[in-house]
Amino acid sequence: MTTEQTAGALLCTFRLADLLFGVDVRDVQEVLRHAEITPVPHAAPAVAGLINLRGQIATTIDLRTRLALDSIELEGGPMHVVVRAAGEPVSLLVDRIGDVLSVDHEDYEPPPVTIDPAVAELIVGTYKLEEELLLVVDVARVVETHVTQGEEAA
Amino acid sequence: MEEDDEIIGEFLAECYEGLERIEQGLVVLEATPDDTPTLTEVFRILHTIKGTCGFLGFGKLETVAHRGENLLSLLRDSVLEMDGEITDALLATNDAIGVILGSIEASGEEGDQDFSSLIATLETLAARADHVTSGGAAAPAPAETIEVADEPAAEPPADTETDAGVETDVEQVEASDESTDDASLVAEQAEVDTEAAASELVEGVIAEAKADDPSSDRIGDLLVADGVADRTDVEVAAAEQSLGDSRKIGNILVDEGRAERKDVETAASRQRGAADSSIRVDVGVLDTLMNLVGELVLSRNEIVQLTGDDKNEGFVAPAQRLNLITSELQESVMKTRMQPIGTIWNKLPRVVRDLSHQFDKQIRLEMEGKETELDRTILEAVKDPLTHMIRNTVDHGIEDPDVRVAAGKDAEGYLRLSASHEGGQVNIEITDDGGGIDAAKIRKKAVEKGVITAEVAETLPDAAAVNLIFAPGFSTAEKVTGVSGRGVGMDVVRTNIERIGGSVEVKTTVGRGTSFKIKIPLTLAIIPALIVRCDGQRYALPQLSLQELVRLGPNQKIEDVHGAPVYRLRDRLLPIVDLRSQLGADRVDRDDANIVVLHADGRPFGLIVDSIADTEEIVIKPLGRTVSDSEMFSGATVMGDGSVALILDVNGLAASSGVLSSAASVAMEAEEEAEQANSLDTIDGRTVLLVGLADDNRAAILLDQVDRLEEFAPDAIEMSGHRDVVQYRGEVMPLVDLGPSTGRGSGTIGMGQSVSVVVCSIEGQPVGLAVDGILDIVSQPDVRRDGAGDVESVVVEGRLIDLVDAHEIALNSGVLRLESAVPIGAY
Repeated sequence: MTTEQTAGALLCTFRLADLLFGVDVRDVQEVLRHAEITPVPHAAPAVAGLINLRGQIATTIDLRTRLALDSIELEGGPMHVVVRAAGEPVSLLVDRIGDVLSVDHEDYEPPPVTIDPAVAELIVGTYKLEEELLLVVDVARVVETHVTQGEEAA
Repeated sequence: MEEDDEIIGEFLAECYEGLERIEQGLVVLEATPDDTPTLTEVFRILHTIKGTCGFLGFGKLETVAHRGENLLSLLRDSVLEMDGEITDALLATNDAIGVILGSIEASGEEGDQDFSSLIATLETLAARADHVTSGGAAAPAPAETIEVADEPAAEPPADTETDAGVETDVEQVEASDESTDDASLVAEQAEVDTEAAASELVEGVIAEAKADDPSSDRIGDLLVADGVADRTDVEVAAAEQSLGDSRKIGNILVDEGRAERKDVETAASRQRGAADSSIRVDVGVLDTLMNLVGELVLSRNEIVQLTGDDKNEGFVAPAQRLNLITSELQESVMKTRMQPIGTIWNKLPRVVRDLSHQFDKQIRLEMEGKETELDRTILEAVKDPLTHMIRNTVDHGIEDPDVRVAAGKDAEGYLRLSASHEGGQVNIEITDDGGGIDAAKIRKKAVEKGVITAEVAETLPDAAAVNLIFAPGFSTAEKVTGVSGRGVGMDVVRTNIERIGGSVEVKTTVGRGTSFKIKIPLTLAIIPALIVRCDGQRYALPQLSLQELVRLGPNQKIEDVHGAPVYRLRDRLLPIVDLRSQLGADRVDRDDANIVVLHADGRPFGLIVDSIADTEEIVIKPLGRTVSDSEMFSGATVMGDGSVALILDVNGLAASSGVLSSAASVAMEAEEEAEQANSLDTIDGRTVLLVGLADDNRAAILLDQVDRLEEFAPDAIEMSGHRDVVQYRGEVMPLVDLGPSTGRGSGTIGMGQSVSVVVCSIEGQPVGLAVDGILDIVSQPDVRRDGAGDVESVVVEGRLIDLVDAHEIALNSGVLRLESAVPIGAY
């Protein structure tokens, strides 16, 4: 997905720690409140496990681990943002789901250069909202866990 | 355009089918040239292909097919005799047509392969006819003109009613056959010309032509045969049709009052018969259907589980009905995907024929169980491995005729393929009566190739050595042939078979032959599985790899062979893997253990799991890309409660844990080899076990009474009360010294040596008979009865040996009164 496509689009937002993230609403299939996660031994650390998505098996990715944020126990458990990546459903674990926001192209800026390099490639850019910054997540890269497996394990 | 694609698609499907039949037919014809029905069929199919591709404007295809047909017509007319050369040429024609069809399928074009040499060959072969029919080539010229001039208008459109026209041509050709053979050649030529003209016909006509199954009888013929229509009327109708009437012949006849509608309908239904009782369905549709049924099975499982705790009876009944219907639906849908294994075997006679020609071998191929059905995905998956194995067998397995004759065998080698259902799986066996696999040669080769070290080779039992043919990078061919022996052979075969959850075993006797036994599941989509628990999660193990379940008591232990854990399972060392350690979970100390005995590569190993839950029909779902790297899991499934469970890949598990390459595994194989030498299991009935007692005494025990043979170290023998006992498989087993207790020699217990024990099961209790040694097993020995009639003896090698009754000994020695059945854990 290119920057141009994302800019000025509708974003499905969610929170992780005190940060606001967004993914293109067209990538989002659904949002689930609760799903039982079956862990997969030997999988990449960011892979939380598998969930049953109406009979289909979807891989679940812990976005906190993926984005190098501290893991915490959430009250009521995390929520699932199910996105479609390369034709298969992948669930992203987030703290809390936010609104669908229509963002303005003029507020767009590339990600700050100071951002954690491990995370930098996963963030497409930022939108300067009135109160805070909205970080746009690159769905295709986030689900490619095996590529950056080593870095995250460190 | 789309209509075009559809027509061509159907044309291709029919051609491929036709080619397959031609191929089989040709192989049959080579062996039995007099088989007229087969020859006629082959001719007709090729003729139809040629005709149709003429319509569709595939000139190149038509040319090749036509030359082949020419040659065939000479055979049919007995101008030429079928021989190897002609068969080769015709098979090559078949292949060439296949190549062109392939490129039509891929690109819509005929491709630019050059078949001129093939065409030349076909023409040369056909030209032989000129020598046979002396100087016949001169006559045809005028005939040609007549033919073409005669029916310029009628001929091409006549083809529109499918074969009606085409076949008419043939009939005319046949009619002229009766006068001279040459005329037939001419007529054939004329036919080509008219058909070339026909190829310019409008598409609508083609659609009509394709509507009927070319192999079915023509409606006109049926009506004439039924006596409800007149041959002339039919011909008139055909002519009308050819003049642009788009109605079917039957309809024309009815409309003109030449036939009764009901007669036509009866004939039409008969005509359709075979064609209508089956339809072509896109495989994609079946796959979707199968997926949906999979989902339904899962929902059913959930609902059935819910009704378990539901008191509402109004809900239970429909749930049960749903359960039943879902099962039936699942079965029916699976059936739609089933195809007889014959569909892939049909190619094999040709393969065998070509190869045996190539190697100058004579091979008789026999196939049994062609109708055995398998899921099409599985069929696809075993197709290449099977072909490869057949090639291997022809190449390496069956010896050259002179070698065979020298060995006292029939010069003609025998290759047998058989398939049968067994449980939820299919067994395929490939047996030959060839030279067998020489373990010594394999060892040598394996060391040369660096597959194993010389030291390992020395200790490797024969059976294991033979299995090295499946090792990667192994090839036994003394000289590498173009067919097999390129080192990519059997390991790939095995990998492919195991990928679909199957297994392959080899049994061989040097000089006698080799037999490969392949076991594959019926279907991949829905399989029965054992659900086990480990580290708080459930995992599914395909039942196909499951051998048995063993529960270990507190005092039965896993032992160690050079650092590899093993368990003694009925005299054999079973290498053990702990699922926890494989999953990277914490080790736990267990008092007891559940061992799931699985087999991978045809060899057993034990998997320790936390607990065993249940068996369930599971639907295999692929893993997402992010987690599919693991070789340990073959997929995932949704359980009855809606949660996800991973499916363990047994072969992957064996490979990643290295359990089957461990010292334990080698030790186990050595034992197995020794076991096979005794082959206790295979002999039954009145077979006796000969045991040695002290002072050169002997005794015989009926094998039926013997459970197994054990060896106990002197310090394993304990005293309980006044009796000798050993701890055996979680129980205390009393020992009876066979010598003293039957008055035959002194005892063997307490002599400071390990004691051989014959374990008998007497009234459900194990009783051990201590003997000096196990001597032999004799099947159906001569039995002698003494005067009293109750003591039997057997005669072995002229020596009379008393037959002892284990039951009687156990009773007399009083061991049965001992409360021996108390599990050790209770002490």
